[in-house]
Amino acid sequence: MAHEEQERGPLPTQTAALVPVHLPPVADEPEPLDDPRTGDVDEWGRSEQVRAFVCKAYDPVYRHWFRAEWDGLEKIPTEGGALLVSNHAGAIPSDAPTIMHGIETKLGRPVYGLADHFFKNTPVVGTLWARAGGVVAHPDNAYRLLREQQQLALVFPEGTKGTSKTYNERYRLRRFGRGGFVEIAMRAGVPIIPIAVVGAEESMPILFKVPSVAKVFGLPYFPVTANMAFGPLGALIPFPAKFKLRVLDPITFDDIEPDQPRYSRSRIMDESEAIRQQIQEALFDMLRQRRSVWMG
Amino acid sequence: MGRRVLITGLSTFWGGRLAQALEADPGVDVIIGLDTREPTVKLERTEYVRSDENYSILSRIVRATGVDTIAHTFLVVDSTQMSSRAMHEINVIGTMNLFAAASAAGSTVRNVVVKSAALVYGSSPQDPYWFRETDKRSGQPRTRVERSLLEVESYVRDFARDNPKVCLSTLRFCNVIGPDISTPFVSALEMPFVPKVAGYDPRFQLVHEDDVVSAILFALDKQVPGVFNIAGDGVLPWSEITAIVGKRGIPMPPFGIDLATAPLRRLGLVDLPPELIDLLKFGRGIDNSLFKEAGFRYQYTSAGAVAAFVAALRLRKTMGNHDPAYRYEEDVEQFFRHSPAVMRDHPHT
Repeated sequence: MAHEEQERGPLPTQTAALVPVHLPPVADEPEPLDDPRTGDVDEWGRSEQVRAFVCKAYDPVYRHWFRAEWDGLEKIPTEGGALLVSNHAGAIPSDAPTIMHGIETKLGRPVYGLADHFFKNTPVVGTLWARAGGVVAHPDNAYRLLREQQQLALVFPEGTKGTSKTYNERYRLRRFGRGGFVEIAMRAGVPIIPIAVVGAEESMPILFKVPSVAKVFGLPYFPVTANMAFGPLGALIPFPAKFKLRVLDPITFDDIEPDQPRYSRSRIMDESEAIRQQIQEALFDMLRQRRSVWMG
Repeated sequence: MGRRVLITGLSTFWGGRLAQALEADPGVDVIIGLDTREPTVKLERTEYVRSDENYSILSRIVRATGVDTIAHTFLVVDSTQMSSRAMHEINVIGTMNLFAAASAAGSTVRNVVVKSAALVYGSSPQDPYWFRETDKRSGQPRTRVERSLLEVESYVRDFARDNPKVCLSTLRFCNVIGPDISTPFVSALEMPFVPKVAGYDPRFQLVHEDDVVSAILFALDKQVPGVFNIAGDGVLPWSEITAIVGKRGIPMPPFGIDLATAPLRRLGLVDLPPELIDLLKFGRGIDNSLFKEAGFRYQYTSAGAVAAFVAALRLRKTMGNHDPAYRYEEDVEQFFRHSPAVMRDHPHT
C-alpha cells in the first residue's frame, strides 16, 4: 500500500498546513544529522578529559610508587580489537589502573576496563570509574567494543575470586569464570592477549575477610588488609610493591568463524584452561626471578 | 480503495498528531479515532468515537467499519497520570480487547502498529549498554508501568504468532523530548532546578517527538513486521542534558530516594515516577539500528532533540504559551463532516 509520490494527488492545502511532520524521505546516502554535543563523554561513559586528568594524577604513582616495568608490550596491537586478559589481585586491585595506564601512555590508544556491575551501582565511584574507561562486563558490551569498534578491552576472568583471596594464597590463580571471555573473543574474531602481573598481590594483601560486614554493606567481600595498620587513610593506599607486567603471546582463533550464535563448550573450556595455565606458568617464572617484593 | 485506519487513543498527544498526519495522506480513506476523552487537536476528517477505557465496543467498530489498519497509541507509559488499576484497564485489558477484535473471524485488519516503550527493558546496573530488540531485561520488573507494558507485549507476541497474515509492528520508544510533548521526563527538565541523583550521571538516549510520529507513519506505510527500538543516535550524560537546557541540578540522596521524594509528591511539587528514578541512576541505551536497516531515517540525534527542545523552551519564555486552546464541540464537528450544506472539495469525504 505504499504510495508513490507521483501517484498522490494534490495535497489538501488546509490540512497540509496543519501537519507538522511528514514521512521522512528514504535516501540512500543520509546526510549526517546535526549532533550538538557539548561534552566529550562517549557512548561508554568515558571522557577523554577525565581520562587525561586521571592519567596525569596516576603517572607519578605508576612511575615512582609501583615503578611498573613491561615485558613484551610490542605484542599488543596498535590497531584492531583485542581482548586483554590478566590475573587479578589486591583488596583494592591496582593491576587494572596500572595495565590501562601503561598501555594508554605507551601505545596511545584507549583501553576499556570491563568490571563487575558493582561499580556502576556505587554512587560517585561508579561515575568516575565510567569516565575513566570502566565498562560493565556484559557480553554484549564486550562484543560491541571488540567487534564493531575494534577497541582494546581488559578483563579479569577471575573476577572478585581473584581480588578476595588472602595473602597465603597469593599468585594462585582462581577459576577463570565460565570461559565467557574466550567465547566473546571467538564471536568478535579478535585475539586474546594474556598478561601476567606481579606486584598487585603485595600492594594490598588481605589477612582475613569478614563476611558479615560485607553482607551488611552489600559488598562483594570485606577484607582486613595489612594496609589498615596505617589508619583509615592508609587503608586506601597500596604498598609500594614493584610491578612487573609480562605480555604473553596472543592467542588467535583462526579456525573459528566469528558471529556464530554458539560455540563448542568443550573448546571454550579447553582454551580458557590453557590461557589460565599460561598465565600461571608465567607468574611462577616471574616469581622465580624476583629477588625482592619491593625492588623487583 | 484507500486505507481505513483506526487510531486508539485519539486524544492522547500521539493519537492526535498521528491523525493530523494521516489526514494529509490521500491514500488514507477513513480515519476513526477512539478515546475516552474528546480530541484535543483540530481534526478535519477524522471520526471520533467515544469508548470506555478498555475498548469493549472495539469489535463492533472493526466489524462495522471494516478497518484494515490499527494504530495502537493509547498505551499509558506515564505512571503519574493514573492509578495502577486504571492503567491496567487501559493497557492490558484494552490491548486484549483490541487483539480480540482484530483476530475475530472475518476481521479485515491486516496491519497493526503498537506504540510500546523502552521501559520494558528496565534500567539496572547489570544491563548491557545497548539493548537490542531480542534482549531480555536484566531483572524482574520493579514498577507497575513496566509490569503492565510487559503484559501488553506478551499479548502482542501471542497475536503475532496466532495471526501470521497480519503485519504487526511493535515500536519501543525511548524517552521522548520535543517542543510540545509533556511527560514526567520533560517536566523534570522544565523545573527551575533539575532533579538528579547525587553521585550518578547516567547515559540518556532521547528521541524527538516528530521522529516518534514519523516512525509510526513509517511502520504503517512500509508494513515492517517485528519489534523495533526507536531512539535517536547517541547517548549523553544527564549532566550534559541539564547543561544544554541551562539548568542547575538539585541532587537527591542516592539512598532512600523514595522517602526523600515522597513529601515533594504529596505537595504536588515534583512527581518523579520510580522508573524515572531508576533511569536517573543507571540510564539506558537501546540499539536503534534495526529500524534504520528497515529504511527509517531519523531527523534528530539524542543531542539534537535536546537542542530542539531548548529552542522551543526559549521561544516559550519570550512569547508565552500562545497556542489557542482547542475545544471539541460535537455538533460543530458533526456539521462540518456530515451536513449537506458544507461544500467538500476533498476527494475522500
